Amino acid sequence: MAEKEYEAKIIGFFCNWCTYAGADLAGVSRLQYPANIRVIRVMCSGTVSPHHVLRAFQKGADGVLIGGCHIGDCHYLKGNYMTIKRMTFLQDLLKFTGFEDGRLHLEWISAAEGPKFAQVIREFTEKIKKMGPSRLKIAPKAA
Amino acid sequence: MAPAQVVGISGEPGNFSVKVHQAARYIDMEKCISCGLCAEKCPKKVSDEYNMGLAKRKSAYLSYPQAVPPKYAIDKDSCIYFKKGGKCKACEKFCPTGAVDFDQKDVDRDINVGAVILAAGFQPYDPSRYGAYNYTKLANVITGMEFERILAAAGPFSGHMVRPSDHKEPTKIAWLQCVGSRDVNHCDHSYCSAVCCMYAIKEAIIAKEHSKVPLDAAIFFMDMRTHGKEFEKYYWRARDEQGVRFIRSRVHTIDAVPGSDDVNIRYLDEHGNLKDEIFELVILSVGMEVAPEVMALAQTLGVALNSDQFAETSSFTPVSTSRPGVFVCGAFQGPKDIPQSVMEASAAASAASEMLSEARYSLAKKKPKFAERDVAAEEPRVGVFVCSCGVNIASVVDVEAVRDYALTLPNVAFVENSLFACSQDTQGLIKERIKEHNLNRVVVASCTPRTHEPTFQETITEAGLNKYLFQMANIRDQGSWVHQNEPEAATHRAKDQVRMAVATVALQPPLQEFDLPVTKAGLVIGGGVAGMEAALGLANQGYDVALVEKKDFLGGHARKLNHTWNGEAVQPYVDDLVARVTSHPKVQVYLNADITNVTGFVGNFVSTIVSEGRETEVPHGAAIIAIGGHSYKPKEYLYKENPRVLLSLEMDQALREKNPLVTGANSAVFIQCVGSREPERPYCSRVCCTHSVENALRLKEINPDMDVYVLYRDLRTYGLRENIYKEAREKGVIFIRYELENKPKVTQAADGSLTVTVIDHILGIPVHLNPDVLTLASAIIVKEQEKLAQLFKVPLTNDGFFLEAHMKLRPVDFATDGVFVAGLAHYPKPMDEAIAQAKAAAARAALVLALDVIRAGGVVAHVDPETCSGCQACVGVCPFGAISFKEDEKLAEVNQALCKGCGTCAANCPSECITLFGFSHKQLYTQVDEALAELEAEMEEAAGA
Ligand SMILES: Cc1cc2nc3c(=O)[nH]c(=O)nc-3n(C[C@H](O)[C@H](O)[C@H](O)COP(=O)(O)OP(=O)(O)OC[C@H]3O[C@@H](n4cnc5c(N)ncnc54)[C@H](O)[C@@H]3O)c2cc1C
Ligand code: SF4
Ligand code: SF4
Ligand code: FES
Repeated sequence: MAEKEYEAKIIGFFCNWCTYAGADLAGVSRLQYPANIRVIRVMCSGTVSPHHVLRAFQKGADGVLIGGCHIGDCHYLKGNYMTIKRMTFLQDLLKFTGFEDGRLHLEWISAAEGPKFAQVIREFTEKIKKMGPSRLKIAPKAA
Repeated sequence: MAPAQVVGISGEPGNFSVKVHQAARYIDMEKCISCGLCAEKCPKKVSDEYNMGLAKRKSAYLSYPQAVPPKYAIDKDSCIYFKKGGKCKACEKFCPTGAVDFDQKDVDRDINVGAVILAAGFQPYDPSRYGAYNYTKLANVITGMEFERILAAAGPFSGHMVRPSDHKEPTKIAWLQCVGSRDVNHCDHSYCSAVCCMYAIKEAIIAKEHSKVPLDAAIFFMDMRTHGKEFEKYYWRARDEQGVRFIRSRVHTIDAVPGSDDVNIRYLDEHGNLKDEIFELVILSVGMEVAPEVMALAQTLGVALNSDQFAETSSFTPVSTSRPGVFVCGAFQGPKDIPQSVMEASAAASAASEMLSEARYSLAKKKPKFAERDVAAEEPRVGVFVCSCGVNIASVVDVEAVRDYALTLPNVAFVENSLFACSQDTQGLIKERIKEHNLNRVVVASCTPRTHEPTFQETITEAGLNKYLFQMANIRDQGSWVHQNEPEAATHRAKDQVRMAVATVALQPPLQEFDLPVTKAGLVIGGGVAGMEAALGLANQGYDVALVEKKDFLGGHARKLNHTWNGEAVQPYVDDLVARVTSHPKVQVYLNADITNVTGFVGNFVSTIVSEGRETEVPHGAAIIAIGGHSYKPKEYLYKENPRVLLSLEMDQALREKNPLVTGANSAVFIQCVGSREPERPYCSRVCCTHSVENALRLKEINPDMDVYVLYRDLRTYGLRENIYKEAREKGVIFIRYELENKPKVTQAADGSLTVTVIDHILGIPVHLNPDVLTLASAIIVKEQEKLAQLFKVPLTNDGFFLEAHMKLRPVDFATDGVFVAGLAHYPKPMDEAIAQAKAAAARAALVLALDVIRAGGVVAHVDPETCSGCQACVGVCPFGAISFKEDEKLAEVNQALCKGCGTCAANCPSECITLFGFSHKQLYTQVDEALAELEAEMEEAAGA
């Protein structure tokens, strides 16, 4: 059987009010981006816990993108402050454990920023592709 | 109704007939699904007005991406069919729903209404009217509005900051303030547009952030007017941290630099020196003006305009026009920013509903209720409907393959394709399928839940299912539309998103919503003008109000003021207001009173009022905090040490009482910003510049020969108040600027005579003044507000003012539902603005009180008492104070009436025992697992092989 080409798997957690809406706007504007992403809609970026992100990496995701409202614009006032805290903590933790830097990315994209959304997805996908498969994915599974 | 125009009005308050001319848009709004195919196929390109002509749009178009309603229109003036007589019709051919209708006609309608609210806004000043700006000649001289579009991510350059002439990134940008404002020499406007200083600073900061190289940003200005809440600090940050250069100057000319696209600015600096500086891009901070069409509309409606062409209003009824029953808000009332406009919008709504309170809800239709099937004991039976959206999805995604794939998934009992899932027919069909196949959960794979989830939820509710037993897979906006050239990948993604949706909906239990009663009464704390207006606003809408005042009289600071800035006498108004409040059968006034305890939450508060030794428990559904402010008592400038030194309000008193100290004075000095705009109090008190200018004019009235000096840092007579600054200069009041580092010095001689020494900013030498009376425009501060803030669980700013939920968009609400703020307690403001804010707070509170019940539940957080360890990690992170800790049981508990469903608490719980219904941990993990399921299968295969 021929070796299948590596296809980057990216999970996006996007808040309903900003980034998910920005993603919709990218669609309305017909802006094209690679189809490697699978989107999980959450109410606020603050809904996402480090455990949810870790689960994605455990299950073999090559990249995880968290999208929320710009600071000050969170629909729930300060959910995204928590997001910064948690995700920077998690990024540090991942780094500490020797996991490659940059597979977990945080981005504020508003409902009006369709072009930014498309660009962020393009760039992140490109980056993840260059990085190659996540080590967690190719690590042999424990029996 | 868009596009539509009001062309006539008749009748009287409570019963107007308004004539509306609705122009044809040639697209049937009912049928348009906003897919945008018409615009894509339309061959005609025209200049896009939304992007200030910097980009193109088609003749079939959507005005801008967030347009409401999000429906396309055909621009008759450029459309080839209309221009060339019967040719083209490309849009009609491609529209999948047959929404294009070239036969649509303009219609005239008569609409019966009780009140009219004018929110016609402003137009930006057009700088091409004045040659010296060279706006039409130089490509790199643009307006602030144009620059906003350039910076916008969705703008003509996708957010890349480039200049128009050569699309290069500028490294040096200048902003010129007061273009079209504060200037009558160039057929401009005499008033200040009130927003341009802030928007220029904002643009400069954003430009610096956008720029790849260190950007040189310079703002040329006369007075920096950052008088809004938290604005002064923003200004300081721009100056001290971001390095924006602020150049106090008057611009002389703007010219081309020969041999380049750059622009030379010639200006007079503060010391009167003529200077030149070259910039790569120049931005004109254009002001606001009333559009000619709006002036015509005012004429049609019989609404009087003031000399600056804004709607004429009184300070005491700031949202009422000259025509009873017609109200006004926003920039058509006077130049103002977003928070102020939002506030006035609520105020206008309040004024209108006070007038119409009897008719409230007489036309409202109640939705029918549907019996809900109990599915708790059933195994999940999911129906999956895969939409083609005409060709929008089906031309890219293989919808049949997605459908067939869905049938292979666990729990799926039924699958079907539909041409338009959202059409009436399909909605009926979905209901039938639910019954036929005994489905208990539904997934629709189509467009976005942000627009269509409510439609489908309604449909399944009608079929007897709990509305939460539903999921959407977004395979259009985040599928076919963004992967147009990759049909296989798009289909693959669509299958995955459907699998994720099916798995998560299968885990979804029905969610209950329940109703909480509402106590239809309000509590207003503070009996100043703001408190009284708020109380009357509620009482006139039919609600009982308890008005609590700490002192033994009503009126607050307004009792100490003589006139508003435009010369209206304050005392008669306050007397009348007090009379209206005390005689109103629905208002109960508590004097010498204090709030000692508050329990409950929105709709269901109980507060304890202690008044003259008696305790009363008052139930109320909403509360308005209007406890006002105080004048700061300075420890400088010989205040309280010399009888000739007064505070602003003491000057008012002296004027009122015709005190010889003032009436007999030959010389008077005002010192501005006493205690304001200093590191200790980094905010502008907003009212004092206007107040001093007004009192300076009063002194000139008493004795035109009196020498009157105003020592200031920036003169902030914003908006139409600028007119009295102009008048004061014309009448000989002398304005001398001083710097914070070089404050005026006040000394007294043995006989008590005063000497004020200030460094003249033009000459650079000390000037000695010998005033008979010295007025200190001291800061406005708040005192003793912490206790109330704690009782109502609402936050304060660093400066001690009450902090609203959102500075721009929710200026009178707190994050905590059911509690509102108005007046000086929120931020220093003049009386007209305090009244507007009070009315706005009343309108917002009335929205709560008008509810028969408060709907709670649905997507809310829930603590599992079995596993909660009582660690309280969730309690502090809730932005809405919805979680409390029950000491007795050592458990956290969510108040479902306060929870807004953000899930922040759930993500903070170490043991995941608090979870957000509809987005439970299990559902999120499952979605992750499903998204990566193929991978796992592959890996297993590989491991097994
Ligand atoms: C120095 C100064 C100069 C001003 N100059 C001008 C001007 O020139 N032009 C202009 O238009 N506006 C001016 N204003 C603003 C104007 O006075 C206010 O906008 C207006 O009076 C509305 O005030 P308020 O009702 O918010 O607050 P206040 O008038 O302060 O009323 C608040 C009321 O709440 C009561 N209170 C306080 N704490 C409690 C408590 N815990 N429980 C119960 N009651 C409480 C107070 O006793 C008071 O009666 C000035 C204000 C000040 C302080
Ligand atoms: S005097 Fe008052 S209004 Fe004028 S700038 Fe100073 S603090 Fe602001
Ligand atoms: S979901 Fe949000 S609003 Fe609800 S309790 Fe948790 S943190 Fe508070
Ligand atoms: S709602 Fe978007 S980050 Fe909170």
